[in-house]
Amino acid sequence: MQKLVLTEEQQMLKDAARGLFSEQAPVSQLRKLRDDKDPLGYVPEFWNQAVELGLAGTLIPESHGGSEFGHVGMGQVMEEGGRTLAASPLFASGVLGACALMLAGNDSQKETLKAIADGSHLMALAIDEAGRHQPLRVATRAEARDGGFVLNGRKTFVVDGHIANTLIVSARTSGSEGDEAGITLFLVDPKAEGVTVERTTFPDGRNYAKVTLENVVVGSDAVLGEQDQAAAPLQKLLDIGNAHLAAELLGLSSEAFDRAVAYMKERKQFGVYISSFQALQHRAAHMWSELEQVKSMVLKAFMALDADDDQASLLASAAKAKASQVAELVTNEGVQLHGGMGMTDEFDIGLFLKRARPVQLLLGDFRYHADRVASLKGF
Amino acid sequence: MTDLETFRQETRAWLEENCPQSMRSPFESDKDACWGGRNFQYQSEDQRLWLERMGERGWTAPEWPTEYGGGGLSREEHKILREEMARIQARPPLNSFGIWMIGPAILKFGSEALKRQHLPPIVRGEIRWCQGYSEPGAGSDLAGLQTRAEDKGDHFIVNGQKIWTSYADKADWMFALVRTNPDVKKQEGISLVLFDMETPGVSTRPIKLISGESPFCETFLDNVRVEKDQVVGEVDKGWTIAKYLLTHERSMIGDMGSTAAGQKTLAELAVDALGLEDGKLADPMLRTEIASWTIDSIGYELTAERARDEAKAGQGVGNVSAMLKYAGTELNKRRYELLVAAYGSEGLLWEGDDRPAGALPQRWLRTKGNSIEGGTTEVQLNIIAKNILGLG
Repeated sequence: MQKLVLTEEQQMLKDAARGLFSEQAPVSQLRKLRDDKDPLGYVPEFWNQAVELGLAGTLIPESHGGSEFGHVGMGQVMEEGGRTLAASPLFASGVLGACALMLAGNDSQKETLKAIADGSHLMALAIDEAGRHQPLRVATRAEARDGGFVLNGRKTFVVDGHIANTLIVSARTSGSEGDEAGITLFLVDPKAEGVTVERTTFPDGRNYAKVTLENVVVGSDAVLGEQDQAAAPLQKLLDIGNAHLAAELLGLSSEAFDRAVAYMKERKQFGVYISSFQALQHRAAHMWSELEQVKSMVLKAFMALDADDDQASLLASAAKAKASQVAELVTNEGVQLHGGMGMTDEFDIGLFLKRARPVQLLLGDFRYHADRVASLKGF
Repeated sequence: MTDLETFRQETRAWLEENCPQSMRSPFESDKDACWGGRNFQYQSEDQRLWLERMGERGWTAPEWPTEYGGGGLSREEHKILREEMARIQARPPLNSFGIWMIGPAILKFGSEALKRQHLPPIVRGEIRWCQGYSEPGAGSDLAGLQTRAEDKGDHFIVNGQKIWTSYADKADWMFALVRTNPDVKKQEGISLVLFDMETPGVSTRPIKLISGESPFCETFLDNVRVEKDQVVGEVDKGWTIAKYLLTHERSMIGDMGSTAAGQKTLAELAVDALGLEDGKLADPMLRTEIASWTIDSIGYELTAERARDEAKAGQGVGNVSAMLKYAGTELNKRRYELLVAAYGSEGLLWEGDDRPAGALPQRWLRTKGNSIEGGTTEVQLNIIAKNILGLG
């Protein structure tokens, strides 16, 4: 059985990613993007550096311009990016976009992988239609017409939607709203007639969009994978996405925790450091213990994905569930342990809290995944 | 064929021939466990035979050196032995604090003479050991123990009281922490000594627990003579060994958080008790709580696995046993609360042979001790806070 430790190469990638994020995309970068209401929502110079390091192509085969480093490798990058709250198209494009094409794309669609790896082509996945994640509830319709399709519907919470060059849209080609069968994925050009992409703001200052499709005409070559049969590859794609979001949550929770512990060691009250109070020590020790569990679960989920293990769905959902729960605990406690300072915008700790919630909700929160774990376990 | 493959074939053949049929099924209750020792009442001739055969081969302590009666197996061979035993559902031939606790300590810290005297009878299951650590006044503050050992030249005279001694009334020998020097820092005057429970002055009294059962005793030591050659390691240096043993004990207790192979999971038991509706556990709130528990148990088992892998790879933080003990025992307590909830009032039936959940009330109550014994949850959190996080 594969050992639950990083290989030397994976550790090197993690170290390289940590160096890049801490030097080129520190928390202050996100703060500036937010304050400037930056229209792109990321810093192109930083994105170029990440691409040069090969990060955008971490999951992409060498034949298509990537480094084929696997989910464990990309997971280390996601975790390190979580530590500095780095804003970049890495998740939407390098994880979801790349994997969608790899899982379901035909040879000509896979040609785009090269441009994803070199950072020039950005992707976004548009599947949610309501506040809570329910990927198989699809009301957006695609009606066959003249050898192609006409799309109508609304999507929400589309990560990096407003900067994407291609949208991956789920739409119903048959059946009714809640059916598993009858869903099809389409590659949609956001500039096509009838597509409206509206950027929406969230507490984390990152990029999400609402996408409206009004009589959008696409050709049959826009179908990604098989018509009516998107549920299976989509589920697999969501397993991958959730494992990587769990890694980001692990990174941001670990950083929030480290900052809270550091603050406990410098803040004095009643003439002593607050780190000397046992009531606080035990809460910190509990959080550390919880973070250790998340770390193991995330690593195992990635290994299972890389090995195409039949436990991968269970492990990915369990990891996302636990990572969400622990992120909620640690970011809330992070603010509390900073006292009044934790409520100020000046201190960074609040930024971790505000990033955690959208990531928790994205592709399903604790409740969604706990339900899935129960179903996969047969109860 | 590689050596390991040969070993597997030979092991399989030997087990096939030597493991009695009645020893090839999971324990039905705790009473099926074999503890060995001078006064052990074997449940069956098969149970005695199984211990004798495994003991002769040293496979009750597979990785101990053969010169002390052990199996002399490598870690890989031991793993194969475990797998082959699991394949035929062979019961563990022996439960033993000798093998789990004092044996490893003697191997690591003891004199050659102690190894030759004590290890072979442990392997063969002839001598049953108990642990004399806690005292009425020394629980979480274990190093504050007061049992005195007075130097009388070639021997010590020991006076004091131990508490929470598991199965002291059934044990043949005790390993105990005693104070050999009261005039130094409390950790620096402690020694680990061994003595026969039949030595004059040793008496035990079982403690009745909230479960109604009495797995623990008080042990009274009244002018007990302990030979000087029965000190493990050096006099006054017992605290290091005690900590080594506690780490060992913690991982064992924490392990209760895992679900053993062959054992039904919490979710499976809940389905047995409540049934499914539309493929989901019939009680939705309980389903949520059990799902949450299941996620945590996956996390715990993977963390234990990762800790082992990191230790082998020479990585990871020390004191990780404190975290595993904390997480594992809290998980086990939650499991039993949820089991009681799943069976409802039927799960709390205190006695009788036709209870749907058997002795669940007693087992549920026993778990309350998990986060107390071997260092309380609060002590584990202190260890994490101070040793790992540097809070103070």
